[in-house]
Amino acid sequence: MSSLKKITQKRLFLPIFSMILVMLINVIYDMACGNAPLTFFTVTIKNGVLYGRLIDIFNRGTEAAILAIGMTLVVSSSAGTDISVGSVMSLYGGMCCMLLAGYGNTNVSNYAVPLIIGIGAGLLTACVCGLFNGFLVAYMNIQPMVATLILWSAGRAIGLLLCNSQIVYVRVPSFQKIGGYVGFIPTPILIAAACILVASLVLKFTALGTYIQSVGINKKASRIAGFNSAKIILLCYVICGLCAGLAGMVATSRIYSADTNNIGLNMELDAILAVALGGNSLGGGKFNLAGSLIGAYTIQAIDTTLLALGVSTAQSPVFKAIVVILIVVIQSEPAKDFFKKLGKKKEMAKGAAQA
Amino acid sequence: MRIKRGIAVGAALLLCGGCAVTNIQEKESHTGMQEITEVDESLIVVGFSQIGSESDWRNAHTRSVKEALTEENGFYLIFEDAQQKQENQIKAVRSFILQEVDYIVLAPIVETGWDAVLQEAKDAGIPVILDDRLADVDEELYTCWLGTNAEREGGDAGLWLADYLEKAGRDEEKIRIVTLQGTTGATAQIGRTNGFHKVLEQHDNWEMLEMMDGDFTQAKGQEVMETLLAKYEDIDVVVCENDNMAFGAVDAIREAGRTCGPDGDIIILSFDAVKAAFDAMIAGDINAVFECNPLHGPKLEKILNSLEAGETVDKIQYMEETYFDTTMDLESIRETRAY
Repeated sequence: MSSLKKITQKRLFLPIFSMILVMLINVIYDMACGNAPLTFFTVTIKNGVLYGRLIDIFNRGTEAAILAIGMTLVVSSSAGTDISVGSVMSLYGGMCCMLLAGYGNTNVSNYAVPLIIGIGAGLLTACVCGLFNGFLVAYMNIQPMVATLILWSAGRAIGLLLCNSQIVYVRVPSFQKIGGYVGFIPTPILIAAACILVASLVLKFTALGTYIQSVGINKKASRIAGFNSAKIILLCYVICGLCAGLAGMVATSRIYSADTNNIGLNMELDAILAVALGGNSLGGGKFNLAGSLIGAYTIQAIDTTLLALGVSTAQSPVFKAIVVILIVVIQSEPAKDFFKKLGKKKEMAKGAAQA
Repeated sequence: MRIKRGIAVGAALLLCGGCAVTNIQEKESHTGMQEITEVDESLIVVGFSQIGSESDWRNAHTRSVKEALTEENGFYLIFEDAQQKQENQIKAVRSFILQEVDYIVLAPIVETGWDAVLQEAKDAGIPVILDDRLADVDEELYTCWLGTNAEREGGDAGLWLADYLEKAGRDEEKIRIVTLQGTTGATAQIGRTNGFHKVLEQHDNWEMLEMMDGDFTQAKGQEVMETLLAKYEDIDVVVCENDNMAFGAVDAIREAGRTCGPDGDIIILSFDAVKAAFDAMIAGDINAVFECNPLHGPKLEKILNSLEAGETVDKIQYMEETYFDTTMDLESIRETRAY
């Protein structure tokens, strides 16, 4: 049992390491500014709500974290990425706000249909998108990136059509609540927590995780072993679509409007990055959900840190890129071999035997 | 000229006939067309290549041009929507040349790559008017440019603030300002930043704490504003380089337990003046917005008429723009807004 624990720690070592690294920058920055070194970690209650940079990271990182759940499953089962998630988020926004405001209206303060119908229809649309992607990948054997490229470009455009190419505002408090606060806790944090809880419970108490991994490791062998590989891949894409819908729900409610041009823009890259930062191979197979989630919050930590440091959003991708290069290089085979030679032979052998 | 125009109209008719199936708007002009064929001599034929219909602003712009260049006003307008593609615009300009229109109005989607086609227009003797955005070509290749002056908008915001502070008796006080900038490098971002800075430099008591990139979006504007509020205790003024970022900033300010607008402790200035910004002003969240006027039609009509009369026109023509603040009757102004 203790060796198993060691391995888990090892798998999560890199993601946690990079997160600590990012937080260290904040500590150094705070010290340089003459603040208390731990300002970064301080969480206070201000104006009746939780306040602090850590809260900001968890709040703002919600979308990436939810997307990372779906993306991890997709990567694991199909050895490919779903690049349509950002567009599906935007499509959710378009669908939901169009229904809530009524087609053609751009600024309402009353629902045209009950909130639940708007959200339900949006999430359903997102699931249908996932179904479409999954069908192409699982049954048509189209490469995931090509298959999802269709909705990557079309999803946002459909959203724009639904909203008549305008930004639709839904100024109703109950709609804003999803992106706002419940009591003193930001609602997005609660939504992320719920999603993570459900995902981890399902993976822990059902064999789904094992199915997904075995399909990802060897599709044919799994089929021979009795799994319906295509169905499992399809399911993963539907879950990914649903996650994109949930992320879209948070993003849309934050700005209480369907800004279809900008909601979820480039979010697919953050989601894929989160999976990679979490120490998961983009080649499919074994996955580690906790790693992906840490990856997602690490990305947000980088963003929040850069913002706090006053780096303009135009330049921040450069710093993001540097972190990504570092982590990807460390995880590459030649680098692993190099570390092996450094005397970690024994542990690696143990890890391999466990795998 | 009489024969030439006959050919032009004939060609336009053919073109419209060809497209009528796909475009309702063109169908309309097609039916209008048949009446003109009898009285076409007096009409000025104008080819207008529009970028697309990506925003409310753009739609208002298109509508304004269409409403100004009507048959009653003595124009026959051939409208081409390029759907965000430069190739389509080049194609449109070439077809205008073939149809021997009297004037070409071009709203270039990008600044570069226009030399060849504008040279063709010049060789054909058709004056070209650039609308909204500039093209990076030799000045000889176009007659004039009509657009908005982003730098003046920024300057106006600065002057309004100076005036407002003076009225509030705060003109000696230290004023701490932050700016939410638009996407770095965008014409509106550069102009509005520079314009505001010229006024800022004249006031020693104004301090620009920080300028951060908010990407022209509400979500980013809110996130950036949250960061700024955490960083600086006493922000007096927030300059948002478009309305969307201002909405985000207002939310961030409210979440941090601060107040803004005319009755609050943070002054918010914004640009563009979309309808939603009027709602925000009526709600008392934003102090003033500075217009970016899309209604180019009337001015365009004036330019075309003076060109037709053989007068020379200024090479650079700016739109008249105004501002709106909470002292005005916003409810009734809002009703008249086209976008």
